[in-house]
Amino acid sequence: MDSLVGISSTMLYTAFILYLIATIFFGATIKENKKQAKKSISGKIGITITIIGFLAQIVYFITRWMASGHAPVSNLFEFMTFFGMGIVFAFIIIYFIYKLNILGLFALPIAMIVIAYASMFPTEIAPLVPSLQSHWLYIHVTTVSLGEAILSISFVAGLIYLIRQIDQTVRSKRTTWLEIVLLSLFIFVGFSVISTAFNLSGYSAEFEYTFNGQTTTTDYHLPPIAGPNEGKLLTGDRMEPLFDAPGWMQGVDAARKFNTLIWSVLAGIVLYGLTRLILRKRVGAAIQPFLKKAKPDMLDEISYRAVAIGFPVFTLGGLIFASIWAQIAWDRFWGWDPKEVWALVTWFFYAAFLHLRLSRGWHGERSAWLAVGGFAIIMFNLIAVNLILAGLHSYA
Amino acid sequence: MSKIKCECGHVNPEGTVLCEACGKPVEGNQHIDGNDKRKLLNMRYDGSARRSQTYNKSIVDKTWNFFSSVKVGVWLIVLALIASGLGTIFPQEQYIPANAASRDPSIYYESQYGILGQIYYQLGFHNLYSSWWYMLLIALIGISLVICSIDRFVPLYKALKRQRPRRHTQFLKRQRLFSETDNTTDDDKAKLITKLKKKRYKVHEENGHILAEKGRFSRWGPYVNHIGLIIVLIAALLRMTPFMYLDEYVWVREGEQTVIPGTDGEYHIKNKDFILETYDENDPRFQEAIAQEGNVAKNYQTNAVIYKETGEKVAGAEPKLEKVKEEKIKLNHPLKFDSYTLYQSGYQQNEFQSMTFKVHETNDPDEKSLGSFTVDLTDPKNEYNLDNGFSVTVSQYYPDYEMDEGEPRSKTNYPRNPAFVFNVNPPGNEESEISFVGIGRNVDATGENDYKLGIENFETRYASGLTVRRDYTLPLFIIGAAIFMIGVIQGMYWHHRRIWLHPESEGMMVAGHTNKNWYGLKKDIEHIIEDTNVKMVKDQQEIE
Repeated sequence: MDSLVGISSTMLYTAFILYLIATIFFGATIKENKKQAKKSISGKIGITITIIGFLAQIVYFITRWMASGHAPVSNLFEFMTFFGMGIVFAFIIIYFIYKLNILGLFALPIAMIVIAYASMFPTEIAPLVPSLQSHWLYIHVTTVSLGEAILSISFVAGLIYLIRQIDQTVRSKRTTWLEIVLLSLFIFVGFSVISTAFNLSGYSAEFEYTFNGQTTTTDYHLPPIAGPNEGKLLTGDRMEPLFDAPGWMQGVDAARKFNTLIWSVLAGIVLYGLTRLILRKRVGAAIQPFLKKAKPDMLDEISYRAVAIGFPVFTLGGLIFASIWAQIAWDRFWGWDPKEVWALVTWFFYAAFLHLRLSRGWHGERSAWLAVGGFAIIMFNLIAVNLILAGLHSYA
Repeated sequence: MSKIKCECGHVNPEGTVLCEACGKPVEGNQHIDGNDKRKLLNMRYDGSARRSQTYNKSIVDKTWNFFSSVKVGVWLIVLALIASGLGTIFPQEQYIPANAASRDPSIYYESQYGILGQIYYQLGFHNLYSSWWYMLLIALIGISLVICSIDRFVPLYKALKRQRPRRHTQFLKRQRLFSETDNTTDDDKAKLITKLKKKRYKVHEENGHILAEKGRFSRWGPYVNHIGLIIVLIAALLRMTPFMYLDEYVWVREGEQTVIPGTDGEYHIKNKDFILETYDENDPRFQEAIAQEGNVAKNYQTNAVIYKETGEKVAGAEPKLEKVKEEKIKLNHPLKFDSYTLYQSGYQQNEFQSMTFKVHETNDPDEKSLGSFTVDLTDPKNEYNLDNGFSVTVSQYYPDYEMDEGEPRSKTNYPRNPAFVFNVNPPGNEESEISFVGIGRNVDATGENDYKLGIENFETRYASGLTVRRDYTLPLFIIGAAIFMIGVIQGMYWHHRRIWLHPESEGMMVAGHTNKNWYGLKKDIEHIIEDTNVKMVKDQQEIE
């Protein structure tokens, strides 16, 4: 049993490293000229390593499944890891349709950010609560995350489009928004960095607080900037929280997660600030020269195509399979639970996106901004709905 | 209606932008699709005459035009999106936690979320998804779906049916993909046609003009998926009627049998046993997680038997029951019978089934039992006779005891906190004594009792909460969803590609159009012109 779990985590680690190496090879394709790009060696090595990494992650998935006896998609760590794997898979598909190397340079780091983010959550194999004991667990969850992963490729292409196309010679609303989008990626990295740092140092501070009329305790692994609402610090020799989390935050351990969010944002801002200091220009402006070779209409098409492919998959997994399972487990196929509502919001958003593509003037940059917005909604549903909004899906 | 006759001889309906047969732009109608200001033709609906773009006089026209606009449709979607998101800021009324201090929405939102909660409640956002305006929004989307689809489907269908291989040169030149080659041979053309056929294009010829077409059916995808959505909306509408949709809840205690609500007394359920299991904390797989997070429930299960009433109903007579089904109801494993479904959806642990009392002398420090009796709490007897000659009569029984302004009373009829007032009659002719006994209470009313009652033993049992559902709309939802999926896949995973070959003196014009995936169409054209003199098409719409 332990050996399986061991193999499983080693494989995940291996996959992560391979994605990193593949990214470097995709990076090397930037310098190639148009002729070389057709049969780019580094591009071929890049995609090969990506596929090996993906296979390693499949091994992680299967061994963990064997060890736990259920599909490893039952808590935030497992789900986000699977989502990262989905992004890699979706990238591989799109790569073989369009053979665009630059896509790998952005898609793989985003998958890595997601996987690193996931590993900051409890990774122990947890037993399944009765409502999750169903084959629909893996049918529903895998289809949704695959759909969302394909839609994320739309964001990746859109982001490349924006970095390439937005005029960086002067500061404008668009450059600012682009920097905000990039900053949010730094925040995810910041989360991983800060969590790893304090985990290594073994920081722990326990609080007692009242939640729904019951006294519970929560264990902080980051110094409390925001403590639990009207909480009491139990561990001696630790700093007192600077302020209390607002009372309307209702999820499981909401205050602790809120504290983590504050830390992540701070760490992200520091990382971003350092990057700016080194580059001495906007991050977008620094990346732009490397993207000159990518054809904007190709990026626009990939962004749209990813939505066209991902939308049906998402509908199937996130609305139809979800409804079937909800009908079996919770006696109603639709119940306006926050997670369900946000799946509907996601669906509405991409439906609007597809309809807007019918009109002139909504291709190109506007469409790319929409792809970014769609990804923001997906991430909101994956992370914030569990953090802020209490609901039936708050499993982790 | 004034028909428009094109120079190719085809008669087009009023409002046509591009001739259905040859594609020549119809003079005076170019503003409709915005072609007058652009080099490229707007091919979205093949320049067909749409009602919404043609008539705008009567109120019917205006309503039709409003709902057939994609812009309006997108706005409705965006409004529904924002409204849906708003409803998740605070929990909906149904999700107010069961252990909240007050579940009354007028109190809950303000006490929990302050002024914003108060505003949320007063705007009715606590029941947002059943509010009239949210439903109106969804209904408007439904209307928009129908009108948009009809407005476009009919003319588009006709235009694609009437198109002819021979196209006007203006039409070809203003396609996104276009090339003109001065010198081509018949051999080149033959090669092109063979390769097109190999690529599974349907090739039509008219006087040497070629139309190669593929995947036209993908154009119907949007209309098919809209039909699916309409069916889902109709199902949702029907679900609001009690005949189509039944939603009841029943509590049934272990060992008990009760009528299933909503079945007109036809069906009864017996709860043979309720099982609550938790995971073994020593399981090597999960011990780490359980040590961190605490015990985790593994199973909620009701071992149920369903009975059906048979024969004539006679008032007052016990109904005859026939066993229909015996099954375990668990989460994720509902029980189905007839058209009903029973779901495991709750349980109560703290109900008492029976209590055993003993009689002992008040001043006996060992409380040695002089005799005992057991009260069945669902059906207490009036009098209990003990072996040693004592008899106890039940003078008061409170199943769910509480003190209410100094008066004892029962909060519910369920034995959750049972308490009794007993009359104890010792053997012989000693005077009877009054005792009050409950959980953790034993009161001697006079303070002069010689005998005392004590709780020797008790048994608790579970009550299982089951949802009763009958939903005739489910098949309709399934059909709607299936049609939607078929339509969306049809529209998204296939593409309608057309390639025109137009002989011109010694050379040839090539033009291509697709509804999406231009990259794929370009690759197709690249492939078919290989080894010929024909020039590759130029993408006239590259974003710089």
